[in-house]
Amino acid sequence: MSSNSQHHHFAHHFESEEHEYATSKEGVWLFLVSEILMFGGLFVGYIIYQHMYPQVFHEGAMHLDWRLGALNTIVLLFSSLTMVLGVHFSQLGDRKKAVTALAITILCGAIFMCVKYIEYSHKIHEGLLPGAWYTGETHGLSNMGLYFSFYFMMTGLHGTHVLGGMCLILWVLLRANKGEFNSHYYTPVEGVGLFWHLVDLIWIFLFPLLYLVG
Amino acid sequence: MAGSGKSYLEGETGLWSWLTSLDHKRIGLLYFFSVAFFFLLGGIFALLIRLELFSPGALFPADMYNRFMTYHGAVMVFFVIIPGIPAILGNFFLPLQIGAKDVAFPRLNLMSWYFLMTAAVMALCTLLLGGVDTGWTFYTPYSISFKPATILMAFAVFIAGFSSILTGLNFIATVHRLRAPGMTMNRMPLFVWAIYSTAILQVLATPVLGITVLLLAMENIFNIGIFDPALGGDPVLFQHFFWFYSHPAVYIMVLPAMGVISELVTTYSRKTIFGYTAIAYSSLAIAAISFLVWGHHMFTSGQSEVAAITFSVLTMLVGVPTAIKLFNWLATLYRGSIQMTTPMLYTLGFMFIFTIGGMTGIYLATIATDIHFHDTYFVVAHFHYVMVGGTLMAIMGGAFHWLPKMVGKMYNESIARMSFVFIFIGFNVTFFPQFVLGNMGMPRRYHDYLPAFESLNKISTIGSWMIGFGFLIALYAIIQAIRSGSPAPMNPWGSKTLEWTTASPPPHENFLTTPTVTAGPYEFK
Ligand SMILES: [Cu+2]
Repeated sequence: MSSNSQHHHFAHHFESEEHEYATSKEGVWLFLVSEILMFGGLFVGYIIYQHMYPQVFHEGAMHLDWRLGALNTIVLLFSSLTMVLGVHFSQLGDRKKAVTALAITILCGAIFMCVKYIEYSHKIHEGLLPGAWYTGETHGLSNMGLYFSFYFMMTGLHGTHVLGGMCLILWVLLRANKGEFNSHYYTPVEGVGLFWHLVDLIWIFLFPLLYLVG
Repeated sequence: MAGSGKSYLEGETGLWSWLTSLDHKRIGLLYFFSVAFFFLLGGIFALLIRLELFSPGALFPADMYNRFMTYHGAVMVFFVIIPGIPAILGNFFLPLQIGAKDVAFPRLNLMSWYFLMTAAVMALCTLLLGGVDTGWTFYTPYSISFKPATILMAFAVFIAGFSSILTGLNFIATVHRLRAPGMTMNRMPLFVWAIYSTAILQVLATPVLGITVLLLAMENIFNIGIFDPALGGDPVLFQHFFWFYSHPAVYIMVLPAMGVISELVTTYSRKTIFGYTAIAYSSLAIAAISFLVWGHHMFTSGQSEVAAITFSVLTMLVGVPTAIKLFNWLATLYRGSIQMTTPMLYTLGFMFIFTIGGMTGIYLATIATDIHFHDTYFVVAHFHYVMVGGTLMAIMGGAFHWLPKMVGKMYNESIARMSFVFIFIGFNVTFFPQFVLGNMGMPRRYHDYLPAFESLNKISTIGSWMIGFGFLIALYAIIQAIRSGSPAPMNPWGSKTLEWTTASPPPHENFLTTPTVTAGPYEFK
C-alpha cells in the first residue's frame, strides 16, 4: 500500500517524529520500571517466606508439574520472537507479515493461558488452594497453604498481565491491519512489544522459583 | 504553527471542554478544584476529631471516632497532600518553567486525573459499606477482618497510586525530553528539580504500595494468609511493605513543598538563590536516602537491634540534605530586599514550622527516646508539623504566588495576609500542645483521654477552629481575586523564571515562540 508513505503528524508539543518516538519509548520504560517494582514486592515476600518455611515451599513445588511450566516457558519465549518480528515488519510497513507475526503472538498468549487453566483446575480439584482454603495433603506441615498463596498471587498477577498484553497486541494488530505503521511511525507496536517482553521476563523468573525449587 | 494567542481559559468553554481538555494548565486547575474539595472533606473530619477531643468523655460513639480518624488520614494523605503540589502546581508550572508546550503525555495526564476521581468515588463509597476504621495505615491483622469497606478502600488506594505513578512518569519524561533550547538540567528552576525528584519517588515507591494493598485486598477476599499469623503469615511484613512506600511518600509530600519555597525565597528577597546546585542535588539525595529509612516506623514492632540502629542512623542522615536546603534559604534571605508579601509570609511560616517538625523528628529517630514517644501525641504533632505545616504552608504560599499567572488577576494582599495569620497561629496553637501531651504520655488514636490532659486538648481544639477560619479567609481571598481582582501584568513579582515571560493567564500553547534560554533561573544580580 503506497498510502503508507504518508507522514504521521506528531503532537504539537514535539519537534519531530523522532522526538515523539524517543519520548514515548522513555514513558514505556518508566512504566515497566514501576511494573518490576510491583512484582518485586511479591518476589521479596516469596524469598522471605521460602527462607522461613523451606519445607513448605519444597513440598508445595512438588505439587507443580514442571513439564507444563517448561512448556509455557517455551511458548512465551517463542512469542517474544514473534513479537520482535511484529515490530520489525511494522517498521518496514509490511502489513501482511506484521499482522501474521502479531496474530501468532496472541495465539501463544492464548496457549499459555490454556495451559494455566489446566494447571489451575487441577490444583483446585486437589484442594491445593491459598491460605485458609488449602485442603490438600499437609505432610505434617500446618501452613502448606502459604506456598499456594504465593503461587496463585504470582501466577495470577502475571496471568492478568498476559491477558492485558494480548488485548494490547490485538489493538496494535488492528491498527497494523489498517496500514497505520511504517518507518516513520510504529511507536505503539514498539511500546506494546516492550511490555510483552517484560511479561515474558517475569515468567522466566517465576518458572524456576515456583516449579524448580522442589 | 503560530498560536492564536488566546489564553487557555478562553477558546472552548463549558464543563465538557474542561473534562476532556488535554491542556496541562486546565488539568492543573481540575486537580485544584478536586483536591480543594477533598481538603474540605478531610478538614471536616479533622474538626470532628478535635471536637470529640475537646473534653474527656464520648461525644461521638467510639466506633464513629475511629472512622473520622481513618478518613481524615486516608483522604488527606492519598487525595490531598500526595497529589497536592505535583498535580496542581507541578502540572501547571513544570512545563511552563522549562519552556515546554505541554507535558510529554497529555492524554495520560488527563487519564491520571480520572484515575484519582475514580479512586475518590470508591473511597467515599466505602462509607456506604459501613466505613473503614483501620486508620490510614491499614495495619494487619486488624485490617484483615473481612470487611467489604476495607476491600473497596484497598482498591481505591491502588487506583490512586496508579494515578500518582502516571503523573510521576509523565513529569520525568517531560523534564528529560521537553526542555526548551538552552534549558540545561543545571538551569532548571528549583521547583522543577523538586518535582523531578518527587516524580522518581512516585514511580519507584508507589508500585510497592500497589502490591501491598492488592495483597491486603486478596487477604480480605480469599483469606490467603500472607499477613495473617493464624495461617503462618507475618503481619510485620505488611508494615515493612507499607512503610517501604509510605516513608518515601513523606517526601513525595514535602519535596515539592521545598521546591515551592525555593522559588518564593529568591523571588521575594530579590536575590539569586544561594547554593543552587546544593539545593537541586539535595532533593535527589533526600529521594535516595528516603528508600533506606522505613524501619524507623517499626522500632517497637519487632525488628533486630542491628536493623533498628541502622535505620536510626540512616534516618538522621536525611537531616543533612534537609538542613542544606534550610541554610541555603536563610543565606538567600541574608541581605536580600525582603518583601513581606503573602507568599513570603507563608515561606517564613514554612521555615519556622518545618524546622520544629524536623528537630522533633530527631527524638523519634533516636531509638531510646522513641520508646517513650512512640504512639503518643508527640508523633501526631511531629507528623503534622512536617507534613501539614510544611506542605500546606508551601501550597498556600505557592497558590498566592502563582494565582496571578493562573487566573490573570491580582489578589488583595491584606486579606491574603490575614489568612496567613490565622492559619499560622492556629496551626501552632493546635499542634504545639500535642508535643507536650505526647511527652506526658497521652496515647494517640483513642477517642477519650484522662482528665489530666483536658486543658491542653481544649487549646488544641480551639487552634483547629482558627485554622479552619484561616482557610475560609484564604478561600475568600482567592474568590475575591477571581471575581474582582485587577488584571495581572505578565510579571507582577519581578520573578526571573520562564513562566513569567508569557502572558497572564498564558496562551493555550504557553509561549507564542519557543523561548531560548541563555542563563540560570535566578539572575537577580
Ligand atoms: Cu518515615
